Amino acid sequence: MLTRRVIPCLDVKNGRNVRGVRFSADVDAGDPVELAARYDREGADELVFYDITASAEGRNIMVDLVERVASQVFIPLSVGGGVRTIDDMYLMLRSGAEKVSINSAAHRDPDLIRACADRFGSQCVVLSIDALRDPESDPPRWTIYLNGGRVRTELDAVETAQRGQDLGAGEIVLNSIDADGTREGYDVEFLRAVTESVSIPVVASGGAGSLEHLRDAVTLGNAHAVLAASIFHFEVYSVREAKEFMAASGIPMRLDPYR
Amino acid sequence: MIAVVDYGAGNIHSVARALKRVGAAFDVTAEPAAVAAADAVILPGVGAAADTMRGLRYARVDDPVVAAIARGVPYLGICMGLQVLFDRSEEDDDTPCLGVLPGDVVRFPEGLEVPHMGWNQVRQVEDSPLFAGVPQDANFYFVHSYFARPSDPARVSGTTDYGLEFTSVVRRDHLYATQFHPEKSGLVGLRIYANFIRLAGQTPAPEFD
Repeated sequence: MLTRRVIPCLDVKNGRNVRGVRFSADVDAGDPVELAARYDREGADELVFYDITASAEGRNIMVDLVERVASQVFIPLSVGGGVRTIDDMYLMLRSGAEKVSINSAAHRDPDLIRACADRFGSQCVVLSIDALRDPESDPPRWTIYLNGGRVRTELDAVETAQRGQDLGAGEIVLNSIDADGTREGYDVEFLRAVTESVSIPVVASGGAGSLEHLRDAVTLGNAHAVLAASIFHFEVYSVREAKEFMAASGIPMRLDPYR
Repeated sequence: MIAVVDYGAGNIHSVARALKRVGAAFDVTAEPAAVAAADAVILPGVGAAADTMRGLRYARVDDPVVAAIARGVPYLGICMGLQVLFDRSEEDDDTPCLGVLPGDVVRFPEGLEVPHMGWNQVRQVEDSPLFAGVPQDANFYFVHSYFARPSDPARVSGTTDYGLEFTSVVRRDHLYATQFHPEKSGLVGLRIYANFIRLAGQTPAPEFD
C-alpha cells in the first residue's frame, strides 16, 4: 500500500537553513547538508529545499547545496524558489533534484507548467500555491499570493490547482499563508477543498506545530504528504516520532528507513 | 565494465551517484559499441515511453542494449528501463518498445490517483539475487503512471499493491528490472545496486558487501 510521506522542508538563505514565520523573520537553524543527513537517518521520505532569496546568487548556492546533499542522501529531493524558466528547472534537475516546484512564474504564465512537463515529465513538475483565506467569503475561498506572499492576485487557489493538473503538474504543494510558521495547524479545510478537486498528490504545507496536526492533514485533509520545517529543525519532534504517531493513528507509513 | 546507458534520461546522474556510493566501476556512455561490449548494462529512465524510445534510437543504443541482453550479460532496467523491455506501451498513443519480454505496458485505471508517487512495498515472489539482504515487503520509491503486464507469469519477480497488484520487478536469467527507483530508495535501494554490481563481478564497498 502506498504510504503517506513526511517531508522536512529546509528554507535556505545564503547556504544556511532558516525558519520563516508568516514568510518573514529569520532564525538560523543550522547547516542544510547536516540536517538533510539527519532527516534521512530518521526516516524522512523526501526533502524539500526552498530558496527564500530566489535570486541568481541563491540559485547557484542551491545548485551546489543540492549536489552535495544528493551525493550523500539517496531519497527524493525537491527544490523550489525562484524557478522562472525551463533552464532554471533543468539546472536543478541536473544538480540532483527529483522534483522542482514552480510558484510565482507558473501563476503569471501557466504555459510554463506545460512546457516543463512536456520537456521533463509531469513527475518532476510541482505546482506550489501560496494562498490566503478570504476573511469574508462564504463558502470559503482562498486567493493566491505571489513572491513569497507579497503580491496579491485574483486567482482562486482551488481553480488554479485544477488548471495546474490539466497543464501537466504532477503534484501540488499547498501552503496556507495564514497558518505558515504559526504552529497552530494546517488549514485542513483548504486541503480538503483542493484534494477533492484534483487527482494528483497534494502536499500540506504551513502551520504544523504538533503531531496531531500532521495526522489531521492526512486523515481530515486527505493530504498525500505533510511538509514541516520548524518542528523538525528545532527537534521539537523527530521525523521518526512523527511517523510513529501517524502510523499509530492507522495511516500507512514507511517506518523503518532500513527497510 | 558496467555501461550506464546515457541516452538523455533525466535520472542518470542520480543512478551514477548511487553506483559511486556502493563502490561500482562503471562508464556512463552513449557509445553503441561500448554498450554492446559491456560486461553489464544499466538502463535508467524516467518520463514518457515515446521519448525514451526516441532517445534510445537517436543515440543508436536500442539494438546494442537488446544485443547485450541476448548475450546474457547482467542487465538492470530502472523505471522506463523496465517498461521499454516489453512489446509495447499504450502511452503516447501506443508506443512500440524493445520487445525483449512478451507483454505490454498500460496506464493505471481511472479512479486511482496518478502518478503513483511515493514509497510502497515490494513483495518478493521469488528468491532473487538482486534482493539479497532486502527484507520482504521493504519500501521503495515509485513515480510512474503506467505499469508492465508480462505475458509470462514466470517473469514476475516482485509485486506491489496500489489498489491493484502490479508487477514491480521482472527477471529473466540475468535480466533484472525494477519499476521503482533504487537510487532514490535510501539504504535498501543502495543494497539493490550493491547486489547488481556483485552480479556483474564487482565487489561492493565494505559497508554494502
